[in-house]
Amino acid sequence: MKRIITVTVINQSGVLNRVTGLLMKRQFNIESITVGHTEQPGISKMTFIVNVEDEGKIEQLVKQLSKQIDVIKVNDITDKSTVIRELALIKVVAPPNLRGEINSIVDPFRGQVIDIGKNVVTYQVVGSPEKIDAFIELVKPYGIKELTRTGVTAFVRDSQLQQKTQLSLLQ
Amino acid sequence: MSAELELANHPTQAQEQETKTKPKTGAEVFIEALKDQDVDIIFGYPGGAVLPLYDALYRNPIKHILARHEQGAIHAAEGYARVTGRPGVVIATSGPGATNLVTGITDAMMDSLPLVVFTGQVATTVVGTDAFQEADIVGITQPITKHNYQIKDVQDVPRIIKEAFHIANTGRKGPVVVDFPKNIANAIFDSEAYVDEPINLPGYQPTLRPNYLQIKKAVELLKTAKKPIILAGAGVLAADAKQEFNEFIERHNFPVVNTLLGLGTIDNDHANFYGMAGMHGTYASNMGISEADVLLNIGARFDDRLTGNLSKFAPNATVIHIDVDPAEIGKNVPTDVPIVSDAKEALKALLKQDFDTADFSEWTTQLNDWRTQYPYWYEEDEQGVLLPQQVLAAVNELTNGEAIVTTDVGQHQMFAAQYFSFKKDHRWVTSGGLGTMGFGFPAAIGAQFAFPDEQVIAVVGDAGFQMTLQELGLLQEFNLPVKVIMLNNACLGMVRQWQQSFYDERYSSSLMPVQPDFLKLAEAYDVKGFIIDDPATAKAQLQEALDYDGPVLVDCRVKQLELVTPMVAPGAGLAEMIGVEKE
Repeated sequence: MKRIITVTVINQSGVLNRVTGLLMKRQFNIESITVGHTEQPGISKMTFIVNVEDEGKIEQLVKQLSKQIDVIKVNDITDKSTVIRELALIKVVAPPNLRGEINSIVDPFRGQVIDIGKNVVTYQVVGSPEKIDAFIELVKPYGIKELTRTGVTAFVRDSQLQQKTQLSLLQ
Repeated sequence: MSAELELANHPTQAQEQETKTKPKTGAEVFIEALKDQDVDIIFGYPGGAVLPLYDALYRNPIKHILARHEQGAIHAAEGYARVTGRPGVVIATSGPGATNLVTGITDAMMDSLPLVVFTGQVATTVVGTDAFQEADIVGITQPITKHNYQIKDVQDVPRIIKEAFHIANTGRKGPVVVDFPKNIANAIFDSEAYVDEPINLPGYQPTLRPNYLQIKKAVELLKTAKKPIILAGAGVLAADAKQEFNEFIERHNFPVVNTLLGLGTIDNDHANFYGMAGMHGTYASNMGISEADVLLNIGARFDDRLTGNLSKFAPNATVIHIDVDPAEIGKNVPTDVPIVSDAKEALKALLKQDFDTADFSEWTTQLNDWRTQYPYWYEEDEQGVLLPQQVLAAVNELTNGEAIVTTDVGQHQMFAAQYFSFKKDHRWVTSGGLGTMGFGFPAAIGAQFAFPDEQVIAVVGDAGFQMTLQELGLLQEFNLPVKVIMLNNACLGMVRQWQQSFYDERYSSSLMPVQPDFLKLAEAYDVKGFIIDDPATAKAQLQEALDYDGPVLVDCRVKQLELVTPMVAPGAGLAEMIGVEKE
């Protein structure tokens, strides 16, 4: 199962290495990872998606991450009501005669044209990973020259619809 | 130490005055920070990148022990840490000096030993250019340290050293590496700009006190248990909780078993003690765990050598687990009542609970029967070849279970765990988690430096001893009265045992028919050597060796084909021991 984990860390050199190294050592598979500054100076936040077998594994992951000295807080927000966003840049083969057609796909996704070449157009799409997957599927037939995704960043919504069980450190 | 050296190592008043007024370098601040931590001994080895640190150590009351190899230095520091409970301090130079420490750092990580390790580093201006003797030791040691640092600003030296000692020696203890670039050690420290602030580590707040409700839950289980068993690990020793532990055990008359590293939490002759559990543990302890209805684990991490096949581990037990490291709880064994706490605090909380237990005398009788019926056993050799068990049983008798005993890993380690009967805590120094050959001898040196007047015995095999025997130089230099009891079976005993048992006696690269003349080797280092090969005279010879005033190497020529019994075979459950009785 996929889990979304956010990790608040002290922004020091090597902290990313520690976190990813730990995941590697404990045989966790990272699907995506993003890191950036937060509203507090010196504090960064990582969001990553991991694939785990069971709840025991994810509990172990949260505990191992929490043990790191530079890690301040670890949250598994999978079961919470969350805001999840990812950004993708997609370079699509789009000769002028097809651009109108492609744009009709781009519009409902609120994609943006970032760059135009002779035969290619670069689009930017922002949304949940599923939305980006869907967009990619739709433009694939035209030919994707290049594709890059930022990975997911997320946090918990202010108002939670329902309280679901969350794995806690101390239970 | 010669008088001249003594003199050289102590500053005159004028020199001391001079250092007070002179601007301080990073290296000098380093020494001050060590003094603030009451460091009195360092094990290390100099080199280019740590020359400034060593220069600051010169004319300084902190004792520096020059090992003959960095691995020797760090294992000595581990031995020191194990017997004193205080952080062992190590210095090595950059590159090869630092990489030679990797085994020791990992060993300390696995066995939760507090170490503060200083490695030299090339100047920050050339870090990352593959400079001479550069190694990315922060990267290398990242997964094998509790935490590590590279100092990038001389103003950070006091803070980082203070934090390093704090992290190493609190919560679940462990090694901390501080990488010290040469130019930082040379840089001038601005004393006026420096403000000494209290440690602020928002990401490191170990839970030391137990949750009251969890203690209540544990008590409810212990109250009604018909077959309780207490498993005590090294966490009890690390928390210095022997007294509280014994009070708790005696108050409720609970039966106790130990992990390998937990030996010493209770007098091994205590009526409630049923021995070490696990792969080569006692039948009583393994059956005790297998049949228990409540298993209280205090400070043990359910290591695989203890549990055997996890699906068959303590199948009938409700598990209570007290550990200072929350990540250990539920990692291997599903836990019903997790208690995150320092062992001492948890035991204090348990002692505050006034409760009576159910009558479990039938269970105690059963355990006692197992203990009397199936003790550790060996059969004397028909040809009169000396057995390792005979040697260790004799040493145990002669030292009355009071000596500090260190070991490597393997057959001799298991025999030592089985045949030494520890009376006190902090006397058993062994490489448990990592299982490091070459650990025992240097660890004994560290223990002897910590307690010069105690009897320190290094039990080693001939193969492991040859991995770090260069440290005989330290016995010679300091006339350290370490007694090395080498069980010489001219092979890698445990490897050979597994090849015999599980690989149809194909002894692939495990035999060492060619050995040095250990007597001559001892002589070369001014160490008194003995050869013991006759069971009839072994005890008297061992007595002589132990009574000798000075370092000793005893070459015990023991039976090559001897097996460690009993055993939980790989993949088997604890209740499926083989070799429990004489055939």
